[in-house]
Amino acid sequence: MSRLQIRFTVMSSLLALLLAFPTRPQAQENYFVTYTHHMEEPGTLEISNKSVTGFPQEGNAFLGSAMEFEYGVKAWWTSELYLDGQTTANESTIFTGWRLENRFRPLMREHWINPVLYFEFENINSADKALLEVVGHDGISDFLERNDRSEKEREAELKLILSSNFKGWNIAENMIAEKNLSNEPWEFGYAVAASRPLALTASPNPCTFCRENFSLGAEMYGGLGDRYSFGLNNTSHYIAPIVALRTPQGPSFQLSPGFGLNQNSHGFLLRFGVSYEFNQFANLWRK
Amino acid sequence: MKPAQVIVIAICLLLSATLLLAAAGDGLWVTKVPDKDRSRPNPFDASPAAQTAGAKLFKQNCSSCHGDHAEGKGHHPSLLTERVNSATPGELEWLLTNGSMKNGMPSWSRLPEQQRWQIVSFLKTLQPSSTAK
Repeated sequence: MSRLQIRFTVMSSLLALLLAFPTRPQAQENYFVTYTHHMEEPGTLEISNKSVTGFPQEGNAFLGSAMEFEYGVKAWWTSELYLDGQTTANESTIFTGWRLENRFRPLMREHWINPVLYFEFENINSADKALLEVVGHDGISDFLERNDRSEKEREAELKLILSSNFKGWNIAENMIAEKNLSNEPWEFGYAVAASRPLALTASPNPCTFCRENFSLGAEMYGGLGDRYSFGLNNTSHYIAPIVALRTPQGPSFQLSPGFGLNQNSHGFLLRFGVSYEFNQFANLWRK
Repeated sequence: MKPAQVIVIAICLLLSATLLLAAAGDGLWVTKVPDKDRSRPNPFDASPAAQTAGAKLFKQNCSSCHGDHAEGKGHHPSLLTERVNSATPGELEWLLTNGSMKNGMPSWSRLPEQQRWQIVSFLKTLQPSSTAK
């Protein structure tokens, strides 16, 4: 089978899969890096792709991608699998590993501040460029070396997610602690974000591009050093506006240009994502 | 008492508790609504535009579980019931905001409050059905 035939088969299969399942457009994520207290609905599977591209001056341009499979196990428990890969200009395209994460919402009601506990295990290698979080002394220097998969990074990551909804705004703060299990120190990071739909009231008319389907926001994230050198010294930080469109009968789209805030950061990062939900995925198999 | 008897009794108690919880799960949330929320009025009330917008939001967010006509789907309950019909707008909005997570109903706090009230406007147009599950 030729490469063209393989591509056609894969695309046809994906299209058939998309058409075969009922969908609901309201993906619950507002941001690329910051998590909120909004969980996946029970029984629903969301498949999304989060990509980031950067153009380091002293290195090669890259595109890092994470394919995300998110499933609502319970209304208070969401589980996710990420498959990471990247392509770097003049170097190679490689699979860089996987991540398994679980989020638990300990309080069963909506509060002023809603905590969520996040646990993740990562099995990635040093060539990973998905940039799903920034911790410790992560910086642009990690992206200047040629693709090298020799160093395995088996890491445990904990997050305390705090999130609030107020007058249409969502405000979220994440505190991150990450540990490479091969005798590396704990590393820390943060992410904060806020967003709001363009309209709080839904239009009575069916529409794809009405204001209620768009949301605007921004997130800021960065590293906070490690156990032995906690603080802002030799860390990288970013601020990134975000625009999202949730189409009523189709996928959700997100776009976010990010700007580095110091010398250790990439000057510019462009993130884009698309997600699609399969409603009551588990029930379909039960039938 | 023999260990086997203890195990059987424990299993019976566990099953009974599960069945009781399942039986109570459908309507127990009403008793948990704080009084100040229970009496909150719907700012849109019976506005036709809000009902139409609420129907659209219901289709987009709720119908995958509760059915296109709120008739229930699989193990998800029908909303064509006397309980929904007699609930105050404040009670319904409280349920949409908080969910009933132990019973599988997620929180819809991600929707702006105005849109939750629009859904309530639509829910109040539903008539109880004698065949409701």
